[in-house]
Amino acid sequence: MADLVLTDQNFKQEVLDSKTPVLVDFWAEWCMPCRIVSPIVEDLAKDYGEKLKVGKLNVDENGQTAQSYGIMSIPSLLVFKDGQVVKQMVGAQSKDNFKREIDSVL
Amino acid sequence: MYDVIIIGSGPSGLTAAIYNTRADLKTLVISGVKWGGQLMLTTAVENFPGFPEGIQGPDLMANMRKQAERFGAKFIDDDVTSLDASSRPFKVSVGDKIYEGKSVIIATGADTMWLNVPGEQEKIGRGVSSCAPCDAAFFRNKNVIVVGGGDSAMEEADVLSKFASSVRLLHRRDTFKASEIMQKRVLENEKITVIWNSEIEEVLGDQKVEKVKIKSKGTDNKRLRVHKPKAEGNDLLSVEELSGNILKENGEELEWEMPIDGIFVAIGHMPNSKIFKGIETDEKGFIKAGENYATNVEGIFVAGDVYDHEYKQAITAAGYGCAAALEVQKWLREQE
Repeated sequence: MADLVLTDQNFKQEVLDSKTPVLVDFWAEWCMPCRIVSPIVEDLAKDYGEKLKVGKLNVDENGQTAQSYGIMSIPSLLVFKDGQVVKQMVGAQSKDNFKREIDSVL
Repeated sequence: MYDVIIIGSGPSGLTAAIYNTRADLKTLVISGVKWGGQLMLTTAVENFPGFPEGIQGPDLMANMRKQAERFGAKFIDDDVTSLDASSRPFKVSVGDKIYEGKSVIIATGADTMWLNVPGEQEKIGRGVSSCAPCDAAFFRNKNVIVVGGGDSAMEEADVLSKFASSVRLLHRRDTFKASEIMQKRVLENEKITVIWNSEIEEVLGDQKVEKVKIKSKGTDNKRLRVHKPKAEGNDLLSVEELSGNILKENGEELEWEMPIDGIFVAIGHMPNSKIFKGIETDEKGFIKAGENYATNVEGIFVAGDVYDHEYKQAITAAGYGCAAALEVQKWLREQE
């Protein structure tokens, strides 16, 4: 599910209205640490399977959504549950770290 | 079992990996989650020999890694959790996995030093940053502060000036230690105002950075010592002209605050030596080494910014990596 591309247009439907929790990877083309995190996010998508929806949002193309969640550093990974942000993780971290943080809110 | 385990993957670790694999040593690089080191957080590197037009830091690191991989180095992009230096072979743990090496090169480099003032830690990612090339675009048409006086502070200010409407470069002294060419770039930039003799005391704001409290010394009649954009020399500027207001006044010292959207910290780096139990460091945490780049534990060597408190350049780190690799080769031969 990591190939889910989120946009300003589909964000409400795919993330806010989602029945399952959603992990959103805020990224941009020019951000090196984002390229480090990207394969980790794909791994996480595989590991969590049905339990977690995983999507990527390009902050350059979807400034409105990025701004409304106060994104000022990328990569930022946010977990949404019932339309609310329940976890925000900033910067490149190990997969285990991300897992621990995600598990704490699932 | 590896002949050598290299911990870290900046210029020193990767150079060591290139030299060791070419000497036919079975080499493992535990590169860290944030592989590539400090250069991954930069833009153009203009002082690495061999690139007359400069090269992007991340590209340089990706090239070094490819070069090491080409000669057979194995990589693990995860963080080392501990090193058991008490017996040979040395045991390097990554979570619950253990790797054994006949020798080890510690090349873990250094990480951003934060200001350690109230309000800072909880606003990292919410206006506080240490990576202008990563985050500058979020500060388009906003006002930002850069803290520091070395080359990396100059680069951060320069990068931010392409996006922000104003950049205030705050430095605790009245001169920079940055290289002349980088200083010039900053002093001639039309968006950068340097505020001398000043330190941040507190970062204020509810959810994100909104205001900053600053203490300035050597003020003259409530005016700050500054370098205005593109000016010839230094000037005096009132706090009000920077949209700030004075909180306290004490002779030549002012405590004041001003509204700000972002704070970029570039005051230096701290060696990543904490996890290595039993390896001797100096009081600042730099790993100590003898003339052969050997640590106090025989068979464990050191290279790069975790050792070097003097030069801290990509090219010197690479040089140290080469030296440590050659010493490892010599030492392994002696063990046979």
